[in-house]
Amino acid sequence: MQAGTAATPWAVELDDATVAFHLADARVYTAVEQANLAVKDGEFVAIVGPTGCGKSTLLNIAAGLLRPAGGAVRIFGQPLTGLNRDAGYLFQAEALFPWKTAIENIAIGLEIAGVRQADARQRAEGWLASVGLGAFGNRYPHMLSGGQRKRIGLAQVLIRNPKILLMDEPFGPLDAQTRQIMGNLLLELWSADRKAVLFVTHDLEEAIALADRVVIMSAGPQARIIGDWRVPLARPRDIFEIRLEKEFHALHREIWSVLKDEVMKGYVQSSQVAGAAP
Amino acid sequence: MNRLHLLLCQLLVAVVIVGLWQLFSTVPIFGRMILPPFFFSNPVDVGAQIVAWFVAGTIWKHLAITLWESILAFVIGSLGGVLFGFWFARQPRIAAIFDPYVKMANALPRVVLAPIFTLWLGLGIWSKVALGVTLVFFIVFFNVYQGVKEVSGTVLANGRMLGMNERQLMRHVYWPSALSWMFSSLHTSVGFAVVGAVVGEYLGSAAGLGYLIQQAEGVFDVAGVFAGMFVLSAFVILIDIGVTLVERRLLVWRPDAAGSRI
Ligand SMILES: Nc1ncnc2c1ncn2[C@@H]1O[C@H](COP(=O)(O)OP(=O)(O)OP(=O)(O)O)[C@@H](O)[C@H]1O
Ligand SMILES: [Mg+2]
Repeated sequence: MQAGTAATPWAVELDDATVAFHLADARVYTAVEQANLAVKDGEFVAIVGPTGCGKSTLLNIAAGLLRPAGGAVRIFGQPLTGLNRDAGYLFQAEALFPWKTAIENIAIGLEIAGVRQADARQRAEGWLASVGLGAFGNRYPHMLSGGQRKRIGLAQVLIRNPKILLMDEPFGPLDAQTRQIMGNLLLELWSADRKAVLFVTHDLEEAIALADRVVIMSAGPQARIIGDWRVPLARPRDIFEIRLEKEFHALHREIWSVLKDEVMKGYVQSSQVAGAAP
Repeated sequence: MNRLHLLLCQLLVAVVIVGLWQLFSTVPIFGRMILPPFFFSNPVDVGAQIVAWFVAGTIWKHLAITLWESILAFVIGSLGGVLFGFWFARQPRIAAIFDPYVKMANALPRVVLAPIFTLWLGLGIWSKVALGVTLVFFIVFFNVYQGVKEVSGTVLANGRMLGMNERQLMRHVYWPSALSWMFSSLHTSVGFAVVGAVVGEYLGSAAGLGYLIQQAEGVFDVAGVFAGMFVLSAFVILIDIGVTLVERRLLVWRPDAAGSRI
């Protein structure tokens, strides 16, 4: 799709990306300041940070839904203008079309790309089965559980075979067991053809278990990327078992010592921002 | 309370009311009629009048006219409402310019328009249709406008990320959302279409349920007025049942539409 695919190993590059929001009372809130992040093609990068630090904001920049106030965004070496056509985005909030059935939700990405409806449906059936919901094709989103909706969302994004996968706390509302099942499912699907993945989570264990690299953001405002760890665990992984390994614990302890302070700061600062006098 | 029980209770209410009505309008109590027949008629006469209409077959013509006017008012009003609702929602500048005038037009009690429509469009069905349209249009317009405006930002962003262009967003996101809002007001707008037709007939026409009631009133035929009212109620209820059936089919995807009705 893009000319520079072969020339650069980087799927996503954020150079000194800064994001400012104009608030209603004419103040400017700098959510993210000079964030630097580069994701190789085929690399799985997890972003962890305290709540409200700007993780979703970072993904929105990579998706082209949000324009940074400063800095550059490059996708496969090309400056990003408009939407990122190489990316699939699994949103943090509910994003399925409530008026479409599960199967229609999955097939829609192909249909609007001009694939014949019958073919699109057939491939959607395949994806429905891959996410383990073969019997739920005719249900509308409100008839599915939160976890089932997330799985449909995953299939909806993956069926288009995007080169870059942006995932914003995809397993956020799920219980611990379902998260692990979903995590394994994701790794299985991802290992079939490795895409570049930017995976946001607030769960450090999940980040380490899934990713090649774990990136830590500081508490906002003016959040930055303050840490970048390579995860030395071998693949294929089983995220039930990987948590028992010694390396896992060592890395977890190391990252947590940095993250802990930021999490505390995040709480303090967000309460200060909320209660600040004009 | 099971279904049969409920139905029996509902029937009982009707029986009691009709019974009291019959009693007070035919049997003097302490030498006085509580419901003087001249003003209140009585259920037997009203029933006889309804039966007479259906036996003679004259009522069908009036029902058909009122139904036809209501359908036309609903279809034209809805089309206009959808078109303008969409247009205004997608063009905020147009919406801002016309906003005070839309509010003004909507604030006007529609009955005062009836003489003007009669003047412009004559005594035939079109002056009634026009009155119904002015009622239906605004309901549909505001709902469609709201439906397009209230599309979830995330669902919209998802559509964009999945590769939809403006036209496809319109078809797969804005349109279904607007339709769902419009259908949620379907009962109201259909009801208003009938109101427009009947009020228009009442104020000047040669046929229809409104005309029937107005005629009876003109000769102080209270039984005729009540009979007309009952036929009208039954007519509206039948239409409403039809609307409910349509709604169930079209809004299956909505959490509240399908399952939770009794
Ligand atoms: N449209 C906006 N206008 C103003 N401020 C915003 C806007 N969107 C986000 N913010 C602020 O920017 C900061 C970062 O938001 P973001 O949604 O990226 O956080 P997050 O890291 O994803 O948090 P969470 O983990 O809770 O999802 C927050 O403090 C938020 O209040
Ligand atoms: Mg977020």
